[in-house]
Amino acid sequence: MNYNFLKLLIEGLNNNKGWLKTWENVNPKKHYDIIVIGGGGHGLATAFYLASEYKEMNVAVLERGDIGLGNVGRNTTIIRSNYLLKENIPFYEFSLKLWEGLEKSLNYNAMVSQRGVLNIFHSDYQRDAYTRRGNSMILNGADAELLNVDEIKRMYPFFDYDNARFPVKGGLLQRRGGTVRHDAVAWGYAHAANKLGVDIIQNCEVINFRIKKNKVEGVDTSKGYISCKKVGCAVAGSSSILLSKLNMQLPIESHVLQAFVSESLKPVISGVVTFGAGHFYISQSNKGGLVFGGDIDGYNSYAQRGNLATLEDVCESGMALMPMLGNCRLLRTWGGTMDMSMDGSPIIDKIHIKNIFLNAGWCYGGFKATPASGWCFAHLISTGKPHKLISDFTLNRFYDGSIIDEKGQGAQPNLH
Amino acid sequence: MYIEHPLLGSRSIDEFIYYGDASLLKRPVFNQNKILEKFHKYLYLRKNPNGIHSELWFHLYGDRSWLIVERDTKTHEIRNVILANKELG
Ligand SMILES: Cc1cc2nc3c(=O)[nH]c(=O)nc-3n(C[C@H](O)[C@H](O)[C@H](O)COP(=O)(O)OP(=O)(O)OC[C@H]3O[C@@H](n4cnc5c(N)ncnc54)[C@H](O)[C@@H]3O)c2cc1C
Repeated sequence: MNYNFLKLLIEGLNNNKGWLKTWENVNPKKHYDIIVIGGGGHGLATAFYLASEYKEMNVAVLERGDIGLGNVGRNTTIIRSNYLLKENIPFYEFSLKLWEGLEKSLNYNAMVSQRGVLNIFHSDYQRDAYTRRGNSMILNGADAELLNVDEIKRMYPFFDYDNARFPVKGGLLQRRGGTVRHDAVAWGYAHAANKLGVDIIQNCEVINFRIKKNKVEGVDTSKGYISCKKVGCAVAGSSSILLSKLNMQLPIESHVLQAFVSESLKPVISGVVTFGAGHFYISQSNKGGLVFGGDIDGYNSYAQRGNLATLEDVCESGMALMPMLGNCRLLRTWGGTMDMSMDGSPIIDKIHIKNIFLNAGWCYGGFKATPASGWCFAHLISTGKPHKLISDFTLNRFYDGSIIDEKGQGAQPNLH
Repeated sequence: MYIEHPLLGSRSIDEFIYYGDASLLKRPVFNQNKILEKFHKYLYLRKNPNGIHSELWFHLYGDRSWLIVERDTKTHEIRNVILANKELG
């Protein structure tokens, strides 16, 4: 089905009776050329680019639950490319460019909204650090602007500018950053991939791999055995569990990250804002709820729910930046299982089994990466060679020491 | 989440710092064979089970002792807590 203005008009007059399914729910065939495990953003995007860019015509996505119920539907929807290291920025900038044209290429409204991402700083040291980051972004083709306090006051008059401990000294703004409706990303990729012939198979958990002579021949699933020529694993927080079937231990810990949404308010926060003196970020959804979050809880977890200590910490940070938040009621909280890598950067690579490929380690920043990750992973699966944008995202970097550690925290996943 | 501290009783997790897989206590000794492989595994390839996990917690805002906590990562239920220096002997 094609979504367009005329269709919208006709359906409006027709009581919305003529809409077809966004994608077809099918049972698995016996064989696929390529199986992508995981119907999150990355798996669905991979399938779409496999079909659209790499002309793979026999592809399936296997999702153990319903698509979009993993992290792709749990995140705080921020997209940006304000990274520091040269291994990262070009990749995230490519992703941002894909977001800019996404709705057209998917024929789906994902509410991509480039409302600007502002990182506030509170000290001279932080100004230097953000200036450096901004320069690094500009050198690598992203956009960045350093704002002074007056410029920020015009945008957000309600910050606690003269806070004795954390005075606002300025901010780094990426105007092209913003938010995207996260569920619509899963649905949009499913819609577009399905239209190109990709089977989206829900409630189909991959239980094991069948390996012969160091090659995968197929996968055992809750819907039976499916043979295939290649497998791509994109299961985010479940990567360690899935790859343990191949006796692999990954440089990844699974942690819980929580998100918080307030009651609906009139428009008050126009863009995305991050607090520099603690870990806190906030934006306002189109429905009016303030969407915010902070640090991961900090311990290994698959529970998809967190603890109150983190909630308290996040709210305290929020209040330090904008005291008016204290008048607002919290409506909902939830958690997602993050695949925290040991250096805070992702892995898109081959593994020791020839025709199985790995996409993991997205930490809490994998939503913004969805389009580029899908594109580059599709490239790797289809051609067998790494796309140049991900040539540093290797598994081996932990062994040979070429880690990509944005924060310089070392092998401590809960600090990235 | 509350941790049953062997000396201090039930303490909230916000008094603690989490360090990770308790096998971090077993640091490889230098000048062994294949030492690079061993350190790579020690530092980067930690256990990440969906179930019972044995892990190190540091009581930073308390008595500064290191604890080994056995916890279910699926439910956050804590099974057992001991002082890490007991384990090291
Ligand atoms: C609270 C929160 C806030 C976040 N905020 C941001 C943000 O603002 N910006 C940003 O860039 N990122 C953010 N992230 C991170 C981002 O959401 C993730 O990095 C990203 O969504 C992970 O990729 P995915 O969409 O493919 O994962 P998922 O949607 O989790 O997809 C993985 C899928 O694999 C399936 N699966 C697992 N095992 C199997 C199996 N054996 N067989 C079949 N299927 C299986 C799962 O059911 C799941 O649907 C946030 C995450 C959370 C939890």
